[in-house]
Amino acid sequence: MDRPIRVLVAKPGLDGHDRGAKVIARALRDAGMEVIYTGLRQTPEQIVQTAIQEDVDVVALSILSGAHNHLFPKVVNLLREEGVDDVLVIGGGVIPEEDIPGLKEAGIEEIFTPGTSTKDVVEYIKNHLKR
Amino acid sequence: MVFDENKLDGIKESLKEWEDSTVSKAISKFPERKETFKTNSDIEINRLYTPLELQEWDYDEKLGFPGQYPFTRGVQPTMYRGRLWTMRQYAGFGTAVESNKRYKYLLEQGQTGLSVAFDLPTQIGYDSDHPLSEGEVGKVGVAIDSLKDMEILFDGIPLDKVSTSMTINAPASVLLAMYIAVAEKQGVSKDKLRGTIQNDILKEYIARGTYIFPPKASMRLITNIFEYCSKEVPKWNTISISGYHIREAGATAVQEVAFTLADGIAYVEAAIEAGLDVDDFAPRLSFFFNAHNNLLEEVAKFRAARRLWAKIMKERFKAKNEKSMMLKFHTQTAGSTLTAQQPDNNIVRVAIQTLAAVLGGTQSLHTNSRDEALALPTEESVRIALRTQQIVAYESGVADTIDPLAGSYYIESLTDRIEKEAMEYIKKIDELGGAASAIEKGYIQKEIQDSAYKYQMEVESGEKIVVGVNKFQIEEKTHKDILRVDPEVERVQRENLVKLRKERNNEEVNNKLEALRQAAKDSSVNLMPYILDSVKTYATLGEICDVLREVFGEYEQSIIL
Repeated sequence: MDRPIRVLVAKPGLDGHDRGAKVIARALRDAGMEVIYTGLRQTPEQIVQTAIQEDVDVVALSILSGAHNHLFPKVVNLLREEGVDDVLVIGGGVIPEEDIPGLKEAGIEEIFTPGTSTKDVVEYIKNHLKR
Repeated sequence: MVFDENKLDGIKESLKEWEDSTVSKAISKFPERKETFKTNSDIEINRLYTPLELQEWDYDEKLGFPGQYPFTRGVQPTMYRGRLWTMRQYAGFGTAVESNKRYKYLLEQGQTGLSVAFDLPTQIGYDSDHPLSEGEVGKVGVAIDSLKDMEILFDGIPLDKVSTSMTINAPASVLLAMYIAVAEKQGVSKDKLRGTIQNDILKEYIARGTYIFPPKASMRLITNIFEYCSKEVPKWNTISISGYHIREAGATAVQEVAFTLADGIAYVEAAIEAGLDVDDFAPRLSFFFNAHNNLLEEVAKFRAARRLWAKIMKERFKAKNEKSMMLKFHTQTAGSTLTAQQPDNNIVRVAIQTLAAVLGGTQSLHTNSRDEALALPTEESVRIALRTQQIVAYESGVADTIDPLAGSYYIESLTDRIEKEAMEYIKKIDELGGAASAIEKGYIQKEIQDSAYKYQMEVESGEKIVVGVNKFQIEEKTHKDILRVDPEVERVQRENLVKLRKERNNEEVNNKLEALRQAAKDSSVNLMPYILDSVKTYATLGEICDVLREVFGEYEQSIIL
């Protein structure tokens, strides 16, 4: 990829914890990616709309409120409905390990849990882009 | 201090000798572990602290006595010798039925105050059947849609015998009204009610995110509550000016004090502007701080905060009542320090943080559970967290004398330093036009983010060690026994709402909501009586907040990255 990787960092749902999302956004920026951060209280519809508008390569979702099983798959499904199948969707936050297989099956390629280093997220994105 | 100049000169000489010979010899064999040692606030920590640090230090000016200005040593004259801090565990999940059960369990196990955690829809003024509530109902706290849920929440809990803290901000007026209504049904008059509502919207804009209305309307609701309670609910703490969340978002200890007190200043100014006399509401202001890892810095932080607030209230706001100058506070151990790796280690972290809070003179305390980096706590985990407080209280001896670390060369010099640096931030925020303005400009948020990023980079470079995460790791196994909120909760709440709307007098509901609407349009009207009236008709939280949304509009967060 010769143009910078474009990433949307998004906060779906009502969760207001944005420390992690902002740190990730900044780290991705420092790694040379172009990052758009949505801010809080995004509906899956809004996230998908922004993702398409901004023509991003990656959608990175952050939830610490326990609503991930409901909201993460919704984002993936809406992207698919819009005919978008080459965007890498990843997630992070407070997500029980038990939920990860289900989320992956739903199309979230990887889940990054507490203790993850930003370096790992950068590497993962670089190695798993779909376009 | 207590040493005269000659003595100090002598110490200065001896110190230099010690450094030049003894220390330098030791270092040539064993260099120190780091080039420089720093606190969480980037304050450099000396190898040794001596009387030389406190040359201009005066006991009466800097410390005084507990229960007296400037309150550095504590806000009560006998502190824990008279009464231990309140053990108040933040709790709530699922429906009011489950949460009521957990409250009774905690009270049985010896906690001495209640603390209610509400779910996100409730905190943001949405009913459980709102589209935005999908997936969120009952997840991070209890779902309260109406007075009916509130009645169940406190069923069997006598509100004249227990004090309750409610972590609710934007719709604090509504939940307070519900609490008052429940008490009334129990036969308890509101002048007997003891408790706190967090009611601190500025930190929501800064760091926590559960805002609804724009700043002006939010401040109006807050000052309405100050005024209403000063007359009707005099034993109630009308606000818990919070630094906890600011710290959790990444702020340093100095920033935590600075931004919290700056918010406090904004609230006092707003109340005075609304026509209240400072001594009429200030005694019922309270604060909420974080108990973080660096025990000694935390103790200094709490002492600095007390002294600084006392000075601000006396000198800036000319308070006459000593009670107006007292910084009373609740503390919570730092959630952000809990690790998902080797969760039992968190018990140790929380114990250290508990010591910090107690040695720092907190009035009440919540201790986190070991599994909270993974989920809400199980019964067993929360019991251990409560036992941590009880062991410190009854077995460690630290509660048997007041402010025991006073006089330590390090603690006193660090207290002074934190006060000084916090004051510099407050001056800067004043120059920006005050806290609300600084928030609008993104200044406070950027400072916090910079600290958060710096911290993360230090962890990733290994400069900062997090045991079990970047050092002393093990092969982790999946933690199976964590709390899971029953997904049925959402369906149950929705069904209950349908039932409620059928059974209540909808004409009454609409009448009271209309009265509220009209009152809201007049900024000189205190909304509490109208909210109380609405709540009693079983108007839902969402219905009440929607009326206010209509009139006030909604806050639009500007994205600061």
